Amino acid sequence: MAKATFRIWRGDAKGGRFEDYTTEVVPGMVVLDAIHEIQATQANDLAVRWNCKAGKCGSCSAEINGLPRLMCMTRLSQLSLDKPVTVEPMRSFPLIKDLATDLSWNFRLKGSIKPFKPRPPDAPDGTWRMDQADVDRVQEFRKCIECFLCQDVCHVLRDHQLFDEFIGPRFLVHAASLEMHPLDIEDRREELRKAQGIGYCNITKCCTKVCPEEIKITDNAIIPLKERVVDQFYDPLARLLRVFRGNRSG
Amino acid sequence: MAEYQTHEHEVLVIGAGGAGLRAAIEASALGAKVAVVCKSLLGKAHTVMAEGGIAAALANVDDRDNWKVHFADTMRGGQYLNNPRMAQLHAQEAPARVRELEAWGALFDRTPDGRILQRNFGGHKYPRLAHVGDRTGLEMIRTLQDHGIHRGIDFFMECTVLRLLKDGGRIAGAFAYDRERGFFHLFRAPAIVLATGGAGRAYQITSNSWEYTGDGLALAYEAGATLMDMEFVQFHPTGMVWPPSVRGILVTEGVRGEGGILLNKDGRRFLFDDIPENYRAQTADNEEEGWRYTQGDKNARRPPELLTRDHVARCIVREIREGRGSPHGGVFLDISWIKRKLPNAAEYIKRKLPSMYHQFKQLADIDITAEPMEVGPTTHYMMGGVRVNAETQMSDVPGLFAAGECAAGLHGANRLGGNSLSDLLVFGKRAGEYAARFAQQSRPATPDPEEVEAVARQALAPFESYSGDNPYQVQRELQEVMQNWVGIVRREEELHRALEALGRLKERAKRASVTGNREYNPGWHTALDLHSLLVVSEAIARSAIERKESRGAHFRDDYPSQDPAFGRVNVVVRKGADGTMQVTREPLPPMPAELQQIIEEMK
Repeated sequence: MAKATFRIWRGDAKGGRFEDYTTEVVPGMVVLDAIHEIQATQANDLAVRWNCKAGKCGSCSAEINGLPRLMCMTRLSQLSLDKPVTVEPMRSFPLIKDLATDLSWNFRLKGSIKPFKPRPPDAPDGTWRMDQADVDRVQEFRKCIECFLCQDVCHVLRDHQLFDEFIGPRFLVHAASLEMHPLDIEDRREELRKAQGIGYCNITKCCTKVCPEEIKITDNAIIPLKERVVDQFYDPLARLLRVFRGNRSG
Repeated sequence: MAEYQTHEHEVLVIGAGGAGLRAAIEASALGAKVAVVCKSLLGKAHTVMAEGGIAAALANVDDRDNWKVHFADTMRGGQYLNNPRMAQLHAQEAPARVRELEAWGALFDRTPDGRILQRNFGGHKYPRLAHVGDRTGLEMIRTLQDHGIHRGIDFFMECTVLRLLKDGGRIAGAFAYDRERGFFHLFRAPAIVLATGGAGRAYQITSNSWEYTGDGLALAYEAGATLMDMEFVQFHPTGMVWPPSVRGILVTEGVRGEGGILLNKDGRRFLFDDIPENYRAQTADNEEEGWRYTQGDKNARRPPELLTRDHVARCIVREIREGRGSPHGGVFLDISWIKRKLPNAAEYIKRKLPSMYHQFKQLADIDITAEPMEVGPTTHYMMGGVRVNAETQMSDVPGLFAAGECAAGLHGANRLGGNSLSDLLVFGKRAGEYAARFAQQSRPATPDPEEVEAVARQALAPFESYSGDNPYQVQRELQEVMQNWVGIVRREEELHRALEALGRLKERAKRASVTGNREYNPGWHTALDLHSLLVVSEAIARSAIERKESRGAHFRDDYPSQDPAFGRVNVVVRKGADGTMQVTREPLPPMPAELQQIIEEMK
């Protein structure tokens, strides 16, 4: 049976190194299978997150041969096994151990985004009416499995470390899913412009390239949000009207 | 002395899937101070993988539907072992719980007039499942998560509970460890809601992730609660079978709801050959009628592919055993055939079943719009669990509640697809509500510090064991035992063999060794999970021996037919005074006359 070598990052916040492990390859195998086999037989304490093993939960994010991917959806047949396959943790987040990183920043951040606020119900029984077409537009954003690969690859976070000034593609998608929700009446533009730093995104589309759900993050979420923010704050006519009306909320 | 952090709450929820989140939201809405502990990160629990939909008699697609039909369908599917009051509350309250999700931001697929769309599913007489393509679970868990994080609830992610602590007879708290750093935590709370899901990890082939080791069931059992219906383990008929690395991953019943058919290697729709008597009147007797049903013809009866999961799984096993299976030991599930019926069939399939399309394309190189899938049964769900009061979800232990998959009663001998998501919502809410009330009315309870010390010592024992087994090896052997001897088809002799093997594994689990330190150490976590897996596996095997008949998901080769005497009892499990597992039969709760009448009317 064929064998493959995996060069896996082992270590914690204090430091670490790559270690090589060799395991057998079976048909259809994905990187996560190899990691599990190594964990069960050679390195019981190898830290790795996973849950569904079917690309639905977004737990097993890592950098495989340098590319941010889900381990459960990366088949060995897509990789060259002539040389070791490197598997390392997402590099934008603080390391806990081995392949597990500290993602708590993401979970804290979400709580700072204004929650969903629906318009009053359309029907006397307390329900709403929506067109499938309007639902479809937002469902693209609601497909997000929160794997945070987009956050990992975003240069504003990864290279410039602007974690306090920029919420990153994941939470811009989240904001878009709320702002474009057919029922939502909340306004999040002020925060998007200021505290959430939408202006930092310069549309390099790295996030879109790594999204395992194939969400067009930049084109369908971030750019339309930027347009909304710009329409509110930089439209000269609207600005003039605001001066006369004394209305800042737009 | 063990070091630990102490936290004070009124309600502690263990588990952050649909039931846990819904319970936490409800308890906090009633003003209780609430904590949620969960083994994974938020939003990753098994609910996220639910595909098909949430069963609720909204009657948006077929106005003949109402709670009574849903109630009768649930009871028929459960072979009448269900707790009738739970089945009634579930059917009555599910529509309001679904509408509430919409008010919290969930976006379901729509009918042409803009209401929530509903789809067909096995065992449901009318189209009843509110859904979002085939990723309904993601929509549900994300909605609950995003709503819940704004409610002042304290979340403790990647934290595993080791023991429930009592003060006299009632709940006083729980002792846990944090998976990331290995620290201990003492949660003091007069009310605890278990929402830990199932125990699919006891089997080799399963749709469940590593988390489903039956923790809630074992914690409740050790705390003196009663487990019930443990012999009923649902094997979902359609899991992936090829390639080996994806074996067991779920293929939604929604494929069949949208017109998918099951075929053996000869191309025969074998389910037409074996339609159970109690479903004959509602099942199509020809292929054309079955197709018309999936396309919304109200005069057509449903195709046999939409019979209950226990039956479909057994028919698949029969085809495979008798040599009519597919090349990799499954049968064929074909949705591509609908191109003969529909223009743009490929687009239709991709729109209705996007994640199935994606899953097969990426993991198996199969284009489901063009060719059939290979599928076979996979361990999916525990009908059994903690016995609870139907109204309050409280167990036999005061202050201990259970909701969702880890509770028993709603589903009887077999669960209908779609009834689990609605179960989570209906009984999650009830558990949260009654736990908050219980906590607010109770005096403070204090855990015993010596017990806390003992649990901490026990948890660290694997680091002191130098020559014991690798915990992963013990887990693998346990899975083999359960898969081979306590699987879909059971025999007394094999069940006894399983018990003996489990006894030996129990000894080895006690001495399992781990390497490394307490920081994010999956080897240690696996060693600690073994206890729950062993308790639950033993309960399943003993209950399976006790029920000497075949009913629902429990099939005994040596007792292949139903026995009316067993139709009047639940098998229950408790921890005896001597520490051994006690199994008894107890009569079903009484069936109120008005519910009996509904069942008769709907027959």
